[in-house]
Amino acid sequence: MSIGGLFVILISAMLVNNFVLSRFLGICPFLGVSKQVETAFGMGMAVTFVMTLSSIITYIVYHTILVRLEIEFLQTLAFILIIASLVQLVEMFIQKMSPTLYQALGVYLPLITTNCAVLGLAIINIQEDYNLIETIVHSLGASIGFSLAIVLFAGIRERLALADVPESLKGFPIALITAGLMSIAFLGFTGLV
Amino acid sequence: MSTSIIYSVLSLGGLGLLFGIGLAIASKVFAVEVDPKVEAIREALPGANCGACGFPGCDGFANAVASGKAPVNGCPVGGAATAEKIGEIMGVVAEAGEKKVARVICQGTSCNAIEKYEYLGIKDCKAAAMVAGGSKSCQYGCLGLGTCVEACQFDAIEIIDGIAKINPEKCTACGKCIEVCPKSVIVMVPYEQEVFVDCNSKEFGKEVKSKCTVGCIGCKICVKSCPFDAIEFENNLAKINYDKCTNCMICAEKCPTNAITANFEKRKKAYIDEEKCVGCTICKKQCPVDAIEGELKEKHRILEDKCVGCGLCVQKCPKGAIELK
Repeated sequence: MSIGGLFVILISAMLVNNFVLSRFLGICPFLGVSKQVETAFGMGMAVTFVMTLSSIITYIVYHTILVRLEIEFLQTLAFILIIASLVQLVEMFIQKMSPTLYQALGVYLPLITTNCAVLGLAIINIQEDYNLIETIVHSLGASIGFSLAIVLFAGIRERLALADVPESLKGFPIALITAGLMSIAFLGFTGLV
Repeated sequence: MSTSIIYSVLSLGGLGLLFGIGLAIASKVFAVEVDPKVEAIREALPGANCGACGFPGCDGFANAVASGKAPVNGCPVGGAATAEKIGEIMGVVAEAGEKKVARVICQGTSCNAIEKYEYLGIKDCKAAAMVAGGSKSCQYGCLGLGTCVEACQFDAIEIIDGIAKINPEKCTACGKCIEVCPKSVIVMVPYEQEVFVDCNSKEFGKEVKSKCTVGCIGCKICVKSCPFDAIEFENNLAKINYDKCTNCMICAEKCPTNAITANFEKRKKAYIDEEKCVGCTICKKQCPVDAIEGELKEKHRILEDKCVGCGLCVQKCPKGAIELK
């Protein structure tokens, strides 16, 4: 696979098949942690870190254990196990090594354990039959796409909080409409690749 | 078929075991040391997470105490017992905070206070208070719809005859009811206190009288009758200074509208130890209710039916011959 091919994977995961806005994965943190740009950015970074790491480990486990033993049907279970343990480990590691980062990420780290975008990414990597390099690039693209979407969305919501929104649409309704509009906007990237 | 089952069990079980061991090791390697005091203090706290101490939950308070940012007796729910335990952990002597309880200072029951309209809305004081200040004609009174009852975590509040009543035995002084009461008719009072001005009306006497039969009308009889200068007036309302009050209950006797209430059963009486009495007549001169008789150089005697247990004679007796029981 050439550099060009990898670049296509990166861009398509980031913009065209954006995890939140096209694949509709990871909606929960997308709506829950997007009230402020700062926290949204923290969440984005945490997800990027965990996604990339977990996709590498799930790739290795899938190809060295599940495929060899012909028990691929267990991939969902195995992946959840890996992601949950990994997040725990990362949390402990960060708490010890960088209390500041731990404070900043706060509650978002454990939240990632149950984030469907992380699991979805691992499964899509297997479905698309990527090799290890492609997997890493794809994960990076996907997680950057997630961060991009959540930070953009948080920026809009920060402004929405000050906007003159009709009473019945205040709060979540207008946020959901905004998310829908963003999703339509991201449709524009379809012809890119 | 059977091999794939065995493989599944072995591989997933193996992975789980591996990660489990990995995490266990990691938790030892990356263990962050927590101040053992924090945990010990957390154990000693009641765990209601009510936030009355001003910190976010019991954990927050435990942290603050361990780092010296909060006093050991800062937990109003646990009271003196908890303060003592925390004091032991922190190695300081706890000055047991005076136990306080919340009290509804209103006697405007359905038969005492006049209603200005019939309220049929949502059973909530806040909602009722929005409709022209509630159905009671006195705008300071308890509405008795039970918003405080809902807020109380300790089941200490009841609505009796249209006003809230707080059980001092169950009250932990967490202050939740004070926060939610739209009329601010609940205040903190010392647990030991027996005499209260049970009126919250800041209006003038005539107005009060037209709205409630047991309101404070600002006659100031209590101020004049108090032998200890413990009653002050503020916004047309008598206010007892609990530091000065000795629970003699004279004001409650004198109050023409019974706005000052007292538990007369708990009234104390003075007793003179005749062995110690030298007949100096100081107590006789001090007694505000003339309850002591006796001549100079003779043993004095207390007239039990007159004594109000104010304790003035106890304070003044040079021989320490008088005690309150």
